[in-house]
Amino acid sequence: MLEVKNLHVRVDDKEILKGMNITVAPGEVHSIMGPNGSGKSTLAQVLAGKEAYEVTEGEVTFQGKDLLDLEPEERACEGIFLAFQYPVEIPGVANTYLLREALNAKREYREEKPLKHVEFGKLARDKMKALGIGEDLLKRSVNAGFSGGEKKRNEIFQMQILEPTLAVLDETDSGLDIDALKIVANGVNSMRDSGRSFIVITHYQRLLNYIVPDFVHVMVDGKIVKSGGKELAQELEEKGYADF
Amino acid sequence: MAIVFDGTRESYVEGLSEFLGSGQEDTPEWVADLRREAISGFGELGFPTLSDEEWRFTNLEALRRGSFSIAEDGISDVSMKTVNSYGFSGLDCLRLVFVNGRFASSLSDAGYTREGIVVKALSEAIREDGDLVKDYLAKYADYEKDAFISLNTSYFEDGVFVYVPDQTVFEKPVHVLHVSTDEGRPLFINPRNLIVIGQSSDAKVIEHYVSLSQSVYFSNVVTEVVCGENANLEHYRLEFESQKAFNFSTLRVNQQKNSNIASHSILYGGAIVRNNVHPVLAGEGCNSDIYGLFMSEGRQHMDNFMRVEHASPHCDSRQFYNGVLDGRSKGVFHGRILVHEGAEKTDAKQTNRNLLLSDTAQIDTKPQLEIYNDDVKCTHGATIGQMDEEALFYLCSRGISMKTAKIIMLRAFTNQTLEHMSIDSVREALENTVMKWFEQRLGNGDGR
Ligand SMILES: Nc1ncnc2c1ncn2[C@@H]1O[C@H](COP(=O)(O)OP(=O)(O)OP(=O)(O)O)[C@@H](O)[C@H]1O
Ligand SMILES: [Mg+2]
Repeated sequence: MLEVKNLHVRVDDKEILKGMNITVAPGEVHSIMGPNGSGKSTLAQVLAGKEAYEVTEGEVTFQGKDLLDLEPEERACEGIFLAFQYPVEIPGVANTYLLREALNAKREYREEKPLKHVEFGKLARDKMKALGIGEDLLKRSVNAGFSGGEKKRNEIFQMQILEPTLAVLDETDSGLDIDALKIVANGVNSMRDSGRSFIVITHYQRLLNYIVPDFVHVMVDGKIVKSGGKELAQELEEKGYADF
Repeated sequence: MAIVFDGTRESYVEGLSEFLGSGQEDTPEWVADLRREAISGFGELGFPTLSDEEWRFTNLEALRRGSFSIAEDGISDVSMKTVNSYGFSGLDCLRLVFVNGRFASSLSDAGYTREGIVVKALSEAIREDGDLVKDYLAKYADYEKDAFISLNTSYFEDGVFVYVPDQTVFEKPVHVLHVSTDEGRPLFINPRNLIVIGQSSDAKVIEHYVSLSQSVYFSNVVTEVVCGENANLEHYRLEFESQKAFNFSTLRVNQQKNSNIASHSILYGGAIVRNNVHPVLAGEGCNSDIYGLFMSEGRQHMDNFMRVEHASPHCDSRQFYNGVLDGRSKGVFHGRILVHEGAEKTDAKQTNRNLLLSDTAQIDTKPQLEIYNDDVKCTHGATIGQMDEEALFYLCSRGISMKTAKIIMLRAFTNQTLEHMSIDSVREALENTVMKWFEQRLGNGDGR
């Protein structure tokens, strides 16, 4: 599904990704762990298409297409979703409005009819219930004044509505209390199927107790230095990154 | 024969006697006297220059060089259909139409004169309700200190007169549509409006300026408002003049005890535009909410000049202005808050936000607080910036095209002021106009 080969990325003349490789097959959950500043968010943002990051070498293919060739909105319509480590606040734009526009943009891309207000309302309400998101959060401006946990839950809510093929979750567990963590994990697990893949970026093994990954990768200084199964997360939790 | 002004101070001063002799014969002597007095004010003042502190950012050289003349009769060029196209869908209002400054009765609703309410053309009110008009006209807009007010007071032809007596709620918004047409030479148009709201009374007035051609003209509007004790007024100025027009306007409000005004200024057209909003919170416990949105492109120049005068204790004022500037356009926000001695417990707030869509657009924003009193709360804040890249990326990462993302962001920005309008159909019409404007700005590409 996703193949990242020898990816080098720089921002402001500073090389951040230095030969990143990762291959994700359909239905797999990959977890990326690594010290602060190792480039995890950079990888996530590059996959989503952030312009400020300059790809100097390497390639990224997604479902057979050259991902780097696509604009961010095309990537999203092709099925990529990024849950931001720091979701952006957009005062004056209602959460529902963003979601409906996004969903309809995706439907239009697939040459499907846009959803009517009522249809969208029903869809949104069903998903919200499961995530414990109140009706008021829908009407409020996107992330504006949301608590840290509300922002993260809102990202997962968007993911559920948009039903991506590949979701990249960048520290979606940070700042969540234990109940919220379970809710978020359930939100992810309920979407797991043979055609959908996840890249879960996290600092804590705790999340991986709920979202059990197929692979765990350690990222240090812009590249993957070790890969393994879910037991690797446990090992890191105990020993830290000192060995790398 | 048309009266022509060649741009010099003398031509405007000397033109008045000809003006008074042609078509103004039936105006009462007190009005003629007022005009004469006002033109001597202009004779002293002349047009302001850049060295004038209040005009530092707006160059009037082109106006001083321009030749303008009083309109003949453009009314026959304007059809009912055209006028209707400027209506607000579904709005039950009372519409008065003026063409090149003159009242067009055939295009207007019949005046309203019931339960003591008077809504009619000012020219008619001067003839028919002279005593009433005389008490208020030119009593607030100072023609001795402001050149444009002097010129308007000297040469005004018509506008709306709204009088709502005490304890009366006038439900119907008054839609005052000023249309300008091309008469083949640059016109000098001076709309004059007078709005008087009695004690504990309510009214809504929409001043709407449109042009049927993209011609050059000099329009100079003065609106005086007297808001009685405990009265409420919602006022709109929708400026959609020709892209080549010189447009000057002054809204002078006098607020008595416990009165409330909400003023909305939308600046859209015009080559050189100056909008003065000058409320005087004369009585205790007044509230002034002043909203503005200006959109400029090309080489448009839009100067927003606020003077909010707190003259009594316990008054609140809010200025909330947003500007969107594209091309090589220039914007000015000059926000002056004047708190008089004795106006304790004043709470005045000013916010001016500007969004630059191009590298060549420019904004000068200048707060100016003049406070002669210790017990006040005055805050001001201005921002100038480009569109938030992070927010755009966030929207695009959800599948929304860059163009739509930009439109969403622009709408959110303009809605910060538009959302305060209480007349839904006016707000919706403006939202549509704003959307079209954005779409034009963004062109046919994908928005990048
Ligand atoms: N726009 C930028 N300008 C300059 N440096 C940047 C920029 N974006 C990222 N960096 C740098 O790149 C490095 C990697 O950042 P990144 O956010 O990818 O790390 P991370 O692995 O996600 O860290 P964390 O675990 O703290 O979230 C850091 O040193 C960061 O300071
Ligand atoms: Mg990070």
